Amino acid sequence: MGFDTVIQVLDSTLRLSTPLLLACLAGLFSERSGIFDIGLEAKMLVAAFFSAAVAYTTGSVWIGLLAGIAASLVFAGIHGLASITFRGNQLISGVALNFLASGMTVLIAQSWFKQGGRTPSLIGGARFEPIDLPFAGSVAGVPIVGPIYSDLLSGHSVLVYVALLAVPATWWLLFRTRFGLRLRAVGENPAAVDTAGVSVVGLRYAAVGIAGVLCGIAGAYLATGLQAGFVKEMTAGRGYIALAALIFAKWRPWHALGACWLFGLLQALALRTDVVEAIFPFRMPVQLLDSMPYILTVVILAGFVGKAIPPRAGGQPYVKER
Amino acid sequence: MTDLAETSGAAAVAQGPAPAIELRGISKAFGPVQANRDISLKVAKGTIHGIIGENGAGKSTLMSILYGFYKADAGEILINGHPTEIPDSQAAIAAGIGMVFQHFKLVENFSVLENVVLGAEEGRLLKPSLAKARKLLTQLAQEYEMNVDPDALIEEIGVGMQQRVEILKALYRRADILILDEPTGVLTPAEADHLFRILRGLRDEGKTIVLITHKLREIMEVTDTVSVMRRGEMGATLTTSETNPEQLAELMVGRKVLLRVDKAPATPGKTILKVADLRVVDEDKVERLRGISFEVRAGEILGIAGVAGNGQSELLEVLGGMIPATGRVELNGTALELTGRACNGRNRRARGIAHVPEDRQREGLIMDFAAWENVAFGYQNDPAYASGWLMDNAGLRRDTEGKMKRFDVRPPNPALAAKNFSGGNQQKIVLAREIERNPDLLLVGQPTRGVDIGAIEFIHQRIVELRDAGKAILLVSVELDEILGLSDRIAVMFDGRIMGERLPNETTEAELGLLMAGVSDGKGAT
Repeated sequence: MGFDTVIQVLDSTLRLSTPLLLACLAGLFSERSGIFDIGLEAKMLVAAFFSAAVAYTTGSVWIGLLAGIAASLVFAGIHGLASITFRGNQLISGVALNFLASGMTVLIAQSWFKQGGRTPSLIGGARFEPIDLPFAGSVAGVPIVGPIYSDLLSGHSVLVYVALLAVPATWWLLFRTRFGLRLRAVGENPAAVDTAGVSVVGLRYAAVGIAGVLCGIAGAYLATGLQAGFVKEMTAGRGYIALAALIFAKWRPWHALGACWLFGLLQALALRTDVVEAIFPFRMPVQLLDSMPYILTVVILAGFVGKAIPPRAGGQPYVKER
Repeated sequence: MTDLAETSGAAAVAQGPAPAIELRGISKAFGPVQANRDISLKVAKGTIHGIIGENGAGKSTLMSILYGFYKADAGEILINGHPTEIPDSQAAIAAGIGMVFQHFKLVENFSVLENVVLGAEEGRLLKPSLAKARKLLTQLAQEYEMNVDPDALIEEIGVGMQQRVEILKALYRRADILILDEPTGVLTPAEADHLFRILRGLRDEGKTIVLITHKLREIMEVTDTVSVMRRGEMGATLTTSETNPEQLAELMVGRKVLLRVDKAPATPGKTILKVADLRVVDEDKVERLRGISFEVRAGEILGIAGVAGNGQSELLEVLGGMIPATGRVELNGTALELTGRACNGRNRRARGIAHVPEDRQREGLIMDFAAWENVAFGYQNDPAYASGWLMDNAGLRRDTEGKMKRFDVRPPNPALAAKNFSGGNQQKIVLAREIERNPDLLLVGQPTRGVDIGAIEFIHQRIVELRDAGKAILLVSVELDEILGLSDRIAVMFDGRIMGERLPNETTEAELGLLMAGVSDGKGAT
């Protein structure tokens, strides 16, 4: 297994971890505010469909991206309405949205494009093209550093870089700003925020909204960056893996990056059985690789690697007490 | 706007200074329950004003209206003589009102500083806000003798300290009016004294303080004036120095109340319960009981005093068969199982131990179940209640009706869900269930927590009656008054150990307070 193969696998890791990372950060905002979001999957899926559909129709991937974000925001809004305004069960709302997205996207796709529940393949300006970082061409020849820069880091769609930048941005927002302090507080003890004269409802909607935007980008990346068009159930459980990564990361942004890279690597390896065979002396079933994120999460939850303590008010609707 | 304020200010000065708080005709109903009815109240500036009343008298509702948690159905609020709308907490803070709730509103894994700043930040970025708060906090802490480490996490400091953080939070928001809801419930006597010193200091600085409590002693000790609330209505407002606890109790309850527990000296018989070197280690490997030994004899009440969380709960749970332990416990001379499958509540009951748990809503009752169903719990296998697989529901109902009559549970309706009874009546249901089993040993935790004065008197009498019938009683309470009034002997627990044993008539509250704080004088009985 040569250096080139390593670069290839890591390159694939970076691409595959992007939707996970965006969804994971979306979950981080939502859950840090006390709203459990099992519907990350749903938001990504509708965003994937609408971004692909609109990008195909208009020919512009950017309009597609906006449509994806808008669709995701609508779903986020429904989740907010159910769990914040009407104080419903957050898990039930999330599961319902997952079902809704799964059925709705295929139904509309069939009705619009008549291609068996998919959108036509996207070409040209309807897709996010890889962009080259500055000097990518000129340093390509330098040993070690050259391939890492020009093959691994350069040549991804812009959304990959957006996802990476979202990590420090999230960290900064959460731990260096007033909004972040309040957001973290509302997920721990909403009564403290309420009595301090800050709106619990407002903060939670803001968090759910941010989650909507991030899931929208994640979904759009799936359909217009990673692949060229929408296909049925194309999120393939990424929303759940992102949730697993969130627990793995113990609800912290930088750790989320690590967790998503790890899970992305596992996905990349599952696609490269030749590499897996070269690494392991025995035949490693692909299914085992696919299930690793969940196994690792269970290990974390069982308390083997420190304690994963979720935000204390997570999952509970806020009711003013007498 | 300024002109208007000045004019009305001048008008107020003409008739003497406007009261800090004036309520006019405040009413508030929750469904069919009228929590506050046409309440009017004036609290003068720079005074400590007490509001006393039983649970459910409407004190907390009234203060929640003042802090913008609820909107009043009718009525008017005037702050410093100006009519003020308080639709939310933000408006209350803007009007200079700060509130220290009974259950603190702090973010546990935030630092003191972050909690103080939360909601009152200077700008969008945190750093400058935190730096400014740190300076002001040090200043306030010095001024009012409220030293706290700004960087300590809330979950790592004690409740007394947490309460200081709540007060600092209010002061940081420039509160002129400070409302404290049952502030001493979680404090040791020494901490309570410190709190009162802080409150007096604040009053002398010109702040207005409203103290909500059901403890007469606190009213007498720290307030200047006091109002009595009863059944949603505001009764008399009195000058504290011109009244006495008996008069206040009568105003609260509407009849004469015996504040002292009326009991004859104990005549202890043979040893019923013997505990030796009892140890409990919890899930986090923390030792909660560190070698406890004591005895309870027939016909006596042993009171366990201590600040909540020093091992009293674990002691009750071990004896009640709810958690395992090591050591030796004998009941009537035979050992109790402390580990394994035989260590359970059912076996304990079979051995003659009845248990009134500390938290009746979590461990004593199922709140959504009817009273008669709750009366069966723990005794569901009793042949009187069940024959084989089937429960004798009609019999149970009749039995419950009898218990409710004998224990004066109101309303005496066995079909009513537990949650629909008041705290005192819930407690009476639990007591009736346990006491009427005629146990050799009664374990009773916090028998009067959240129970109003009238019911306290009744519950205390029942416990004394059981003692006089020659039973052993282990009483755990964080209320020192209750321990002193009810116990025949007192053991004080601190940090999983018994710090000492005292006789109620040979000790003082101050001495017990020291033991509760972990200061041992070598006279300990462990």
